[in-house]
This record gives sequence, C-alpha cells and structure tokens, in this order.
Amino acid sequence: MNLRVENNILYVQTDMDKFSVPELKSQFMRLKKSGDLEGISVIDLEAVNLIDSAGVALLDSFQQALEEDAKLLLTRGAQPKIRSLIDTFSTTKIKFAPIPKPQGFWESAGEATVNFYTKMVAALTLASEIFYYSFVGLFTPKSKRKGSLTQQAFLLGSQALPIVALLSFIIGFILSLQSGVQLKNFGAGIFLADLLSITMVREMGPLITSIIVAGRSGSAIASEIATMQVTEELDALRMMALHPIKFIVVPKFHAITIVMPILVMFSIIVGQIGGAIIALGMLDISMESFISRSVNILALKDIIISFAKSIWFAWVIVIVGSFYGFEVKGGAEGVGKATTSAVVTSIFAVIVFDAIFSLLYL
Amino acid sequence: MSNIKPVIRVKDLVAKYGELTVLEGISVDIMPNEITVILGASGCGKTTLLKNILRLYEPFAGSVEFWGENVLDMNEKEFDDVLKKTGMLFQGGALLNSISIYENVSIPLEMHTNLDRDLMDKVIRVKLNLVGLEDAAHRLPAELSGGMRKRAALARAMALDPEILFFDEPSAGLDPITSEALDSLILTLKKQLNMTFLIVTHELASIHRIADKIIFLDGGEMLFYGTLEEAGKAGIAQMDHFFEVGRF
Repeated sequence: MNLRVENNILYVQTDMDKFSVPELKSQFMRLKKSGDLEGISVIDLEAVNLIDSAGVALLDSFQQALEEDAKLLLTRGAQPKIRSLIDTFSTTKIKFAPIPKPQGFWESAGEATVNFYTKMVAALTLASEIFYYSFVGLFTPKSKRKGSLTQQAFLLGSQALPIVALLSFIIGFILSLQSGVQLKNFGAGIFLADLLSITMVREMGPLITSIIVAGRSGSAIASEIATMQVTEELDALRMMALHPIKFIVVPKFHAITIVMPILVMFSIIVGQIGGAIIALGMLDISMESFISRSVNILALKDIIISFAKSIWFAWVIVIVGSFYGFEVKGGAEGVGKATTSAVVTSIFAVIVFDAIFSLLYL
Repeated sequence: MSNIKPVIRVKDLVAKYGELTVLEGISVDIMPNEITVILGASGCGKTTLLKNILRLYEPFAGSVEFWGENVLDMNEKEFDDVLKKTGMLFQGGALLNSISIYENVSIPLEMHTNLDRDLMDKVIRVKLNLVGLEDAAHRLPAELSGGMRKRAALARAMALDPEILFFDEPSAGLDPITSEALDSLILTLKKQLNMTFLIVTHELASIHRIADKIIFLDGGEMLFYGTLEEAGKAGIAQMDHFFEVGRF
C-alpha cells in the first residue's frame, strides 16, 4: 500500500505523477469506503520526491473527498520543490467558469428554426443581389475583368464535358437495357426510343448534369469564395472599391447560364447514343426508326422544360455555392464545412426543384 | 568542469532540402533548466534546426541525443516516449480547429495517461489557468485572438508536464504587451517547473528578456553559442550587425 493511515494522518509513501496517480486514487477510494479516513485532517508528503500536475490534482481530489469529514485539510512534510509545485498546480483557489449546460429539446428546436429563417433570408438577399448585379452587369462590361466570362465558361463547362458525357452514356445504356428487356416481353421494343427520349430530355439529362455540376463546380465555387473570405481577399477587394459579388460571382453566374444548357443538350445526345446501342443491338430497331421516333415523340414543351430546368438548376448551384462561401466561419476547417454543405444543399435543392417542375409541367 | 549533462546534444547535424544544404555541421549542447534561443536572419535555418532536432524533418547527417540517447536510432515507439516528455508551441498555435481549447488540452492526457475524468479536468483547468484562459475553456480556436491561440497552444504543450518545451516564433504577430506577458510566463515556468526551453525567435526585446544562451545561425552555419554577455564580446560581424540593426 502506498497510502497509510496512522493517528488521523494520511501518509503518502510514493511519488505522485501521472503514472502512479490512478493506483493511488483507487487505494484512497478503498480506504474511504472502509471508513479508515474518518477524522483525517493532515496529509503527510515527506516521502514524496516527485509530483506533477496530475499528482497535485489528486491532492485536490483528496481534499474534496474529505471535506465532509475535515473542514480544513492540511499537507505537511513536503520538500520546498514539492510545495512550490503544489502552489503552482493546485486548483483549489481557482474559480472556473461553469461548463455551459447542453440545450433542451425546445431550445434546440427554437434555435434551429431561427437559424433556418435567418439563413433563408440571407440566401434570398444574396440571390437577389446576384440577379441584380448579373442583370446590370450585362450592360456594364467594365464591371467584369476582361476574359473572366470565357475563363469561367471553360472551368464550369468545358472541363465538365468528359465526366458528363461518360455518366450520361452509362445512364442511357442502363435505362435502355432495363426497360428494353421489359418492353421486349410485350413486343413493344420499338417504344424504347420514345421512352428514352422523353426520359433523357425531360428528367435525366438536366438532373444528371446538374448533380455533376453541383458536385464539381458548386464545391469549387464554395471553396474558392470561402478561402477568399478566410484569407481576407474579399476585404481586399472591397478596399479596392470592387464588389465581391460583381467581381467573383457574376462572371460565374453568366458563364454557367450559358454553358449549362449546352452541357444538358450534350448529355441528352450522349445518353441517346448509349440507349441506341441497346436498341440496335438487342431490340433490332433500325437507326432510322430510333432517330425518327426519338425526335417525333418530343414536343416543343419538352424542350422548353429541359432548357428551363437546366438554367434554373445552374442558378441554384451558383447561389448555394456562393452563399456557403460567403457564410464561412473559422479557418481551413470552415472552408471544408462550407464546401460540403454547398454540395449537399445544392444537390438536395436540385432534386426538390426537379420534383416541383415535374408536378407543375407534367 | 560541470557534472550537469545536457538534455539535448546535437552533433554535426546536416540538413538538406533536396540538393540544397540548409544546415551544415551544427553541434550544440542544450543544458537543463536553461532558455536557449536560436536566432538569425530570416532563411538562416532556425526553424529547420528546431524541426530536425524534433525529427519533424529527418536530418541528412549527424546525431541528435535527448537525455543521452540518439533519437535518430530510435524506432517510432521509443521516440514517442521521448516526445511525451517534450512539448512544442508552433508559430500559429496549430490547435485543432474543430474542437474547443479545453478538448485540445485534453487530447494528450486522454491518449497518454490513465487519469480519470475528474483528475483530468483538474489538470486541464489548471493548465488553462496558468496561461490565463480559464474563462475561455469552451471556446473554439477560431473564436480566440492570435495571442490567446498561442497561449492555448502553450497549455496543450504543457498538458503532460514536459521537461523540455520548444517554441517556434512565440512572439510573431503579437503586440509588445502580449509578447512580454508570454515571456513572463516562460520565465515563471522555467523557475517554478524547472523546464528547459529551446526557442526560435528574432525578436530582440524578447531575447534580452528571457535568453540564458543564444545560438546564432547565419547561412546555415552556427556562428555562436553562448550567453548574451559573451555574444557582445565575441566580435562576430554578422551577429553584431544583427543586434545593431534590431536595436530601437
């Protein structure tokens, strides 16, 4: 035993550091439980040659545990070096701020509601500013840097082309494969062209492209603006009398408005090519029939809806990405969070708006 | 001849970045309970020396001994045991940003000791109290000023009661009052806890306040090691120029 009780004195007979402290504490608790510590008012530290902050914390803990039995607990016999360390590390004289209590359910719910409302207002305000400056920007070319539109169109559009093409081809291929097998059972294989055409133009084309652009360009927009925010580049722009929305967001907004319908159109065509492989190879549909049925089934309304969706989704991606970029708090950690939130929110928003479009314009 | 053994012995240390030699043949003994300051102009290899001593960069040649053991021959586990007896304060604090400063200080204690929650809480709070941050315990690093972040990082570095503390530019970016307060804290820790300090800085005011010994580097070579008083009499042109230009 490293703790001994004699004549109402608790003797510590070993060093008190972070390695010995757990065992000393369990010995102490055993002594307390057995009632051997009743009436103890002095702790003898003569045998202690080494103490660290964990050892001093244990002494404080002894003091707290014995408070009921001994109002004034004294330590004696400590070497000057040990005494100095006890004075430095003791927590008994320090008043700490209380640990904040976790919120209750209603408090959390209320705070979440207020936060949601505040964020919505901020997002709508930002959206209105983006629309305003984008519209004004059309007539004031000097407000943008020369070449910024081309550069953004290249980054947001051209660079996304390969991945959009690959995924659209695969989706078109899979859709045709799955639906072609079912249609063939009913001898209705020829309708694969109609089905694929409507699906790609009205739903899958805009949706796949928007999800890829949200993941690729939405995250890039959010991280770029968030990084500029934490490194004070946005403040620097303001000090050069440049408006961050005009200078950074508007070129992206203009560029994505132009390139998104092109990407969607491209996605539809490549998806149809993927589907044509199944139609021609598995269902024995001729190329002429496939093309003519694919084109004839489409009404002008379908093309307009596809076009409208692509532009609307593009705007949602830029606004959401910019919003989380401008809202960033903290350093590198905040940039990561902003990027993740931007991607998740823009994909969620795109799917919700897609559902609304489908319901409104069936 | 003193019987006191150095806590760190650096012998013929060579450090390179690719083909570029940054430090050439550095040999120095860091004595216990002393504040040794590494100084020199920007780019002279101060931080590189510190990080080579701590094996954050692997030295190209030479040896680094902690308490008589060459750490370059140690495996990871053995070197971990050495690191547990040291603490490092990085230039920007290097606190983990996603957790509170209380949790930052708790990490070494949780990972390297078997203390129960109550004792750990006391240790964390006393360390935060030592650096004057007891009221900011549950704030995130992003919510603190630069000076507070450095103090929080110091509390974390002291969590395991290290015998040696390393500082990389502790005064950088701090106002003179906060800088002086940090220096006072270093002197208090040295006196009360018998700690050894190896500090990289080029703040002359700070050097004059705290340094027991200085290491002067120039162009990757160590031109001087000794006390400030000896430095004044050494007659090394580069060092005299450094002190002369930095005087205000």
